[in-house]
Amino acid sequence: MNSRILGSLFVILTLPFPLLASLGGDTTSVQADQEKMQGSRQTTSSDSFTVHEIQASTGIAVKEYVSPAGKVFAVTWQGPAHPDLRQLLGTYFDQYSQEVQAQRAHRHGHGPLLIQLPGLVVQSAGHPRSFLGRAYVPQMLPAGVRAEDLR
Amino acid sequence: MNRALQHGFLSLSLAAALAATAGCGANSSSTPNTGGGGNTGSGSPVSNVQSITVNTGPTAGAPYNNPYVDGAFTSVTVCAPGSTSNCQTINGILVDTGSSGLRILSSALTISLPQQTGSNGNPVVECFPFVDGVTWGPVATTDLTIAGEKAKSLPIQVIGSSNFPDVPESCTSNGMPEDDLANLGANGILGVGTYAQDCGSACTVSGASNPGVYYECPASGCEVTTESISSQVPNPVILFATDNNGVLIQLPSVSGAETSITGSLIFGIGTQSNNALGSATVYTLDPSSGNFTTVYNGFSYTNSSFIDSGSNGIYFLDSNTTGIPACADATYWYCPSSTQNLSATNQGTNGATGSVSFVVGNADTLTANPSDAAINGLAGPNSGTFDWGLPFFFGRTVFTSIEGQNSPGGQVPYWAY
Repeated sequence: MNSRILGSLFVILTLPFPLLASLGGDTTSVQADQEKMQGSRQTTSSDSFTVHEIQASTGIAVKEYVSPAGKVFAVTWQGPAHPDLRQLLGTYFDQYSQEVQAQRAHRHGHGPLLIQLPGLVVQSAGHPRSFLGRAYVPQMLPAGVRAEDLR
Repeated sequence: MNRALQHGFLSLSLAAALAATAGCGANSSSTPNTGGGGNTGSGSPVSNVQSITVNTGPTAGAPYNNPYVDGAFTSVTVCAPGSTSNCQTINGILVDTGSSGLRILSSALTISLPQQTGSNGNPVVECFPFVDGVTWGPVATTDLTIAGEKAKSLPIQVIGSSNFPDVPESCTSNGMPEDDLANLGANGILGVGTYAQDCGSACTVSGASNPGVYYECPASGCEVTTESISSQVPNPVILFATDNNGVLIQLPSVSGAETSITGSLIFGIGTQSNNALGSATVYTLDPSSGNFTTVYNGFSYTNSSFIDSGSNGIYFLDSNTTGIPACADATYWYCPSSTQNLSATNQGTNGATGSVSFVVGNADTLTANPSDAAINGLAGPNSGTFDWGLPFFFGRTVFTSIEGQNSPGGQVPYWAY
């Protein structure tokens, strides 16, 4: 019993914030998602979802929205730099990258990004030293949750 | 960056262009003010008026066939530091009040500029994050001439240099590279925004708080490094001898879509007779974010809205909230069935407020003619910010002041119009 408690303490002490999965992943198949961010974490829950907010020492704040089914259905970010999108978007990163590339051929200039695919929405807004954005999988939004609620 | 071209290449037309722009790097040059800026007063003020043009830009023709819409372009003259002959004038440079620093595509640069090296003697390379992608390339030093203004020993970014072809994964994690003409849509970006440097104090500190903008790249590979304020790529305006506290942009009003319009980028605020604040209202910014506040139809973007000549439209809210449908084929733009006349209120941190009228047109219709480059009414949805892009500048004089510089508007930075 004692050793078990010590074991739990050890895990907590060495991992100052729980490890979360990236978009589309689940919290049980834990990834080393936040190790780079070296920040503090706060969790808030509502009936529809749980939000894990990580404040990194870069000043970037990331929120991961977890459904009652335990899936990360959305991530949002805000701060003076972009977050590690490869890590945050996980398996969706390649799809995102390809769509950004495809959009440039028709976009006629620079501005905020809005990637809107049937199974993925990514927005990137702001300007250098003040960025924000969000990514979500529309089909994974819990009932009653609107994209506008993800801030 | 290319040793084969170290001795430069000056065509006759280029030489003529250089002569017309008062040479470069020459301290003693004194040419008449041809900018139409009406410089008066004591002494002999330098010409501070640079012509800018809203046109389809350098990717309008084949093989790109991707005409730029609502981008203001200009030219810059760069010389090897200390040289008055190893110089080049480059056009198709996007004027961007939303970023700071001069960045030039390697493919547009025919002269060789010295590579900046870090404390270990290794080349310094930058991963600069824009909202829609990153630019990767070495930091080099140049003497810049624009209008009659000179910035000596100016650190700039050379985008897409073949000397550093491999973009680190830690850089592409911030966005897709826009390191060639097809992806950048311009031969370079002239960042004349509110920040004095492109990164600032965050990049001077090592460890987890460093945002990973500057790298040192020995042969073994690139690693994030610290970069002192004085070595960072600065807003070139702060290195001018005078007229160094900001810029103003003047563009004519636009009705619907026009093929091109011409206006002025004027350096300095309240330093010459042609750049006085006059009756403009000063809106001071939240210094940490570089934003002010915009309220639209009850939705407040508190310290998260901004004026940005480098955005090619007015981007705000979403279709569900505005009731304006997005275009079917280009969901990043609005496509109302009829032109919407809207208004929003801007608020500075100094308490100044003012209403702005703007239009949202049908982007499909407005961009139907590929020769139209200046379009009033181009707008689209946005997440969490209100982005006053280039259409905001049409028919206005817009001042962008620089942090840390003395300015007649009082507290800096600010926008005024």
